[in-house]
Amino acid sequence: MSATDATRSQPLGRPIRGPSAVGGDWRRLLHLTRLLAVTDFKLRFFGSVLGYVWQVMHPLLLFGVLYVVFTEVVPLGEDVRFYPVALLSGLVMFVFLSESTSQSVQSLVEREPIVRKIQFPRLAVPLSIVLTALFRMGLNLLVVFAFLFASGGQVMLSWLELPLILGLLIVLAAGLAALLSALFVHFRDVKPIWDVLLQVIFYASPIFYPITIVTNDQLRAILMCNPFAALIQQFRHAVIDPSHPSAAEAIGGAPRLIIPLGLIVLIAVVGFTYFDRKAPRIAEEL
Amino acid sequence: MTDAEIPAIVVDDVVKRFQVPGERVMTLKERALHPLRKTSRHELTAVDHVSFSVTPGEFFGVVGRNGSGKSTLLKCLAGIYAVDGGRMFANGRMSTFIELGVGFNMELPARENVIINATMLGLSPRRARERLDAVLEFAELEEFADLRLKNYSSGMLVRLAFAVMIQVDADILLIDEVLAVGDAAFQQKCYDEFARLRQEGRTVILVTHDMAAVERFCDRALLLEHGRPVMLGDPHEVGLRYMELNFAREGDDAEQEARRESDRFGDGRAEILEAWFEDADGERVAALPSRARCSFVARARFSEDVQDPILGFALQNADQQTVLAASTLSLGPELGSFRAGEEVTLRIAFDNVFRPDRYFATPAIAHAGTGFAWIDRRERLVDLVVTGSSRTDAIIDLPCDVTIAREALDRPPSEVPG
Repeated sequence: MSATDATRSQPLGRPIRGPSAVGGDWRRLLHLTRLLAVTDFKLRFFGSVLGYVWQVMHPLLLFGVLYVVFTEVVPLGEDVRFYPVALLSGLVMFVFLSESTSQSVQSLVEREPIVRKIQFPRLAVPLSIVLTALFRMGLNLLVVFAFLFASGGQVMLSWLELPLILGLLIVLAAGLAALLSALFVHFRDVKPIWDVLLQVIFYASPIFYPITIVTNDQLRAILMCNPFAALIQQFRHAVIDPSHPSAAEAIGGAPRLIIPLGLIVLIAVVGFTYFDRKAPRIAEEL
Repeated sequence: MTDAEIPAIVVDDVVKRFQVPGERVMTLKERALHPLRKTSRHELTAVDHVSFSVTPGEFFGVVGRNGSGKSTLLKCLAGIYAVDGGRMFANGRMSTFIELGVGFNMELPARENVIINATMLGLSPRRARERLDAVLEFAELEEFADLRLKNYSSGMLVRLAFAVMIQVDADILLIDEVLAVGDAAFQQKCYDEFARLRQEGRTVILVTHDMAAVERFCDRALLLEHGRPVMLGDPHEVGLRYMELNFAREGDDAEQEARRESDRFGDGRAEILEAWFEDADGERVAALPSRARCSFVARARFSEDVQDPILGFALQNADQQTVLAASTLSLGPELGSFRAGEEVTLRIAFDNVFRPDRYFATPAIAHAGTGFAWIDRRERLVDLVVTGSSRTDAIIDLPCDVTIAREALDRPPSEVPG
């Protein structure tokens, strides 16, 4: 009954490999990622009248609270130009990071029905979560720009940095999403751990406070080693107003930027490598 | 297979093992607290060195009992599980149907779900949109295209899912028991589609335990048991073997043996040593095709002298209806005298006209007279599985000659309406 003897002399066709992260077919990965993300997005607002409004409500409400607290109660940003817009932009970026990672954690387990029933590039699952969060960040950024113009901001040449900043943010979020979703298959306490870490990231990043409030140079440099903090700071410098110190200034010299940039690359490499290693067995270990 | 023809599917010595966790470390905390603890696991070999190849256009069946590894094999072929050994090759676009309607979302309308499902099964989103109308038409659900799936009846859902599966244009289809769903009319529709797939020359691998479907559609079939290939070949013969495997095992265990001992009556002047069924060639069998000639054979030994005993047997079906009773009374009431220590072999040949079912034979030896003074009677000592594709409701399946004579009409045929 051995097929080998009869067929060894012939080409055997395409080898069937087991499941993998990418599956050797980038287009299918993209199609599926987009399909899952669009479906998710539709579902979330299906049947709600206000649809898009709810979309921007979440960061806006948080923004409102923080705005009142930090302008009226604890004035942190009095001497900062466009403090409200800076605050909102930080929030929008944080909401993206938080949504794309914390929802990715359980994504493979939640998608079990399809993971166990069809062959598809496994990476589509966490990436679709990142893509959904990206749609929402896109909508939220429109609000940020609306506020910016309303408070007197202007178009600047440095806006050209925007794609790079957002690109790095997406790479960071996607790397984390891949890592966390694959880890969760084995270790179910990844979820509470990550929820706490997100809180740490929130307070350790200059979201509701301007980085200039940290006067200790060393401490500021350490804070700016956090790649997310560096991205927020550069966004403010390049997009909102040049009076915000750039990431390089805040960390104390451009060469030091190698640390946050290196961390982004490291997280992405570790995340995708780990996911790739785990991908073939995810279906049977859920 | 000619040299020029590349097989549609090649499975070469494939092995798939599962780690069955004993005490699984599921949290980082436990891992941190007990870094050196070996997780106790044992391995389960679900697919054990299976090899076969399927030629293009072949309808190939994979059969086996629950847990025989047939679905695991399909998932390996589909690329859902990574294998632990061996190689597999496919030649052509492959689509998997382990479940109908993968990715269906109840909150979304049918239109969207068709595109989701078709994309998941391997079409590009554009092709999926192009196919939308054909799918809805096949499912006869055009009017309900914008209805959310949660408002669909289960029958409509199945129709929609099956329609997508037919329309995704795969060269090789891997199908896992999807026919277990739906009403009779729908199943017929599925069967019709199978027939069409066959005619179109698509390659199909069907995993099922419905032997009727296998015999009806498959060109060849593979029988798996405990992950190992038992038989590969003609579906009918594989079907017979499957029936044997299915029913043979229950006879082996000790409990059954004990029950048999307790179902034994008689004064013990003779002992029925063993009994079995034989086919027309004199081979002992546990399963027999319907309508074949066969024999019931029993061997007995007398421990005392007995005058004119009666030897016979009764055959009951699974509903405990006696379908056949035969004995040496047919030879006449006086069989003569048997001496202590004498061994006899009783052979009763008959045409197996019984419908496919499981049958039990009760051999008995009785004293002359009423026939109820048992010397030895062993209740349901052996069983026989009758196989076949006939679907009669009758207890027996007698061969019949059916003819129909039609009288010519006076009117010319052109006036017959329709």
